Amino acid sequence: MAAGKIRWGELEEDDGGDLDFLLPPRVVIGPDENGIKKTIEYRFDDDGNKVKVTTTTRVRKLARARLSKAAIERRSWGKFGDAAKEDAGSRLTMVSTEEILLERPRAPGSKADEPSASGDPLAMASKGGAVLMVCRTCGKKGDHWTSKCPYKDLAGPAETVDRPPTSDGPSALGASAKGSSYVPPRLRAGAPTDSGHDMRRRNDENSVRVTNLSEDTREPDLLELFRTFGPVSRVYVAVDQKTGSSRGFGFVNFVHREDAEKAISKLNGYGYDNLILRVEWATPRPN
Amino acid sequence: MRPILMKGHERPLTFLKYNRDGDLLFSCAKDHAPNVWYADNGERLGTYKGHNGAVWSCDVSRHSTRLLTGSADQTAKLWDVKTGKELFTFRFDAPARSVDFAIGDRLAVITTDSFMGNQPTAQVKRIAEDIEDQTEDSALVISGITGRINRAVWGPGNRTIITAGEDATIRIWDSETGKLLNESDKEVGHQKAISSLSKSLDWSHFLTGSLDKSAKLWDARTLTLIKTYVTERPVNAVDISPTLDHVVIGGGQDAMNVTMTDRRAGKFEAKFFHKILQEEIGGVKGHFGPINALAFNPDGRSFSSGGEDGYVRLHHFDPDYFNIKM
Repeated sequence: MAAGKIRWGELEEDDGGDLDFLLPPRVVIGPDENGIKKTIEYRFDDDGNKVKVTTTTRVRKLARARLSKAAIERRSWGKFGDAAKEDAGSRLTMVSTEEILLERPRAPGSKADEPSASGDPLAMASKGGAVLMVCRTCGKKGDHWTSKCPYKDLAGPAETVDRPPTSDGPSALGASAKGSSYVPPRLRAGAPTDSGHDMRRRNDENSVRVTNLSEDTREPDLLELFRTFGPVSRVYVAVDQKTGSSRGFGFVNFVHREDAEKAISKLNGYGYDNLILRVEWATPRPN
Repeated sequence: MRPILMKGHERPLTFLKYNRDGDLLFSCAKDHAPNVWYADNGERLGTYKGHNGAVWSCDVSRHSTRLLTGSADQTAKLWDVKTGKELFTFRFDAPARSVDFAIGDRLAVITTDSFMGNQPTAQVKRIAEDIEDQTEDSALVISGITGRINRAVWGPGNRTIITAGEDATIRIWDSETGKLLNESDKEVGHQKAISSLSKSLDWSHFLTGSLDKSAKLWDARTLTLIKTYVTERPVNAVDISPTLDHVVIGGGQDAMNVTMTDRRAGKFEAKFFHKILQEEIGGVKGHFGPINALAFNPDGRSFSSGGEDGYVRLHHFDPDYFNIKM
């Protein structure tokens, strides 16, 4: 709403440009039953034009605002001590710019350890479901024998030490090489178990890298996810040593290469814990 | 939640206390002036100037008229809450550590540290209605405890006084005669110094936090252990929610080790536990150092924490906090 411009000559001398007396008074409408309050104000903008400003606000009564009389009275107390001296710019009280959440130890609604109801259907189908097969390592019935247990690498290290290293690997596909071929001394039973180099070599085979894992994902969760594609020999989730939380990536080794291929094709781009998984072949670490 | 950060102190916080209506929050720190804040928006109302040492704790009378503070300058002072005027000074021969008004505000228990060969004591003072009649005489002096008494509070109905401190033992004393009535079981009790003690609203039970990285819930009459909450950090501060079955536990590693550790590994969150199930509900992060003080607003809708970093953080809970299912 533009009115005619005010000329300099019309201004009183020491008025400092305060022309508010020329404006219509402030009008407040409401609040109505929905709590909508309208305030109409007039002011001058920088060019001297009269501007109508309509502010619509919603007035909400705080249902919980049950203040005692004494508390209301205390609201009007004068400041004292150092508080009386501080000006508005001292900014002793600030609202955090960071949103702080009550961080739940685990996602709401999820159970700490969910029993695996589904089992692994693929493995069950291929094995024909013999009930008498009981694995001594993981206690699973009808799935595999102890020697073929996909979890045996996950079992405690004490167990792996006294096992002959030749049957250790998942690549022991019926190749019981013991006795028939040369075993290097450092791989023989009883040798110092400094087989890290050799382990890595083996682990590079059929190894799948999983990235973009959520922080809550642990190795059992990953195993649960991947074992549907075939026997898994190793699951590893990188963990921050300081905080103990996951760093968001991990590795899964399959016994069979075709299972790994299947897992990559199925799970790459799969939504898991609100995140899109990225599953690919693990590239061997350059030496 | 967007917490309100209150930077009124230049030194680490030591104690936080809401008045009974929950509209004022009193904060004590190792600098010499306790502060009072409006508990809804965190605006500072005033400071109480007069102490000459770290202020270890405070208590406010039921009608928010008087404030009692205990300080390392070997005094405890009574203040007018409204004006910040110093009303009275109790002088001791050792630093005053813990103060607590009895129900009715006519009595207060003040503890003093062991200092220059003195034994630590818990002293009961009569608080006169008219400040002109106030004297320094002790109605009762409890002594015979080894190690600092970190907290002394009144038991149900002012009949007893409960003390807890560095010797990891909780003791219940008769508030009339000063006789030792009960002692916490060494087997089930805390293994290290007890740093904090907080009563439930109805005074039927209380919660203690200890440097042995646990907090324990006790029956206020029989001193039987009810629950134990285990954390992975030394506990400096505890409080019990007045409305929900929640407890909050705060702490962190020793302040002297803070600079040597990653912030994420420092465990400086306030941890919420379910009071009955003893399960962890969640954690609230934010402080850059251990938490030294915690307090729930008496309405249960907000809580504040004070840290070694000199900040008071006032948290108003999000609505979904009240719907947490275990």
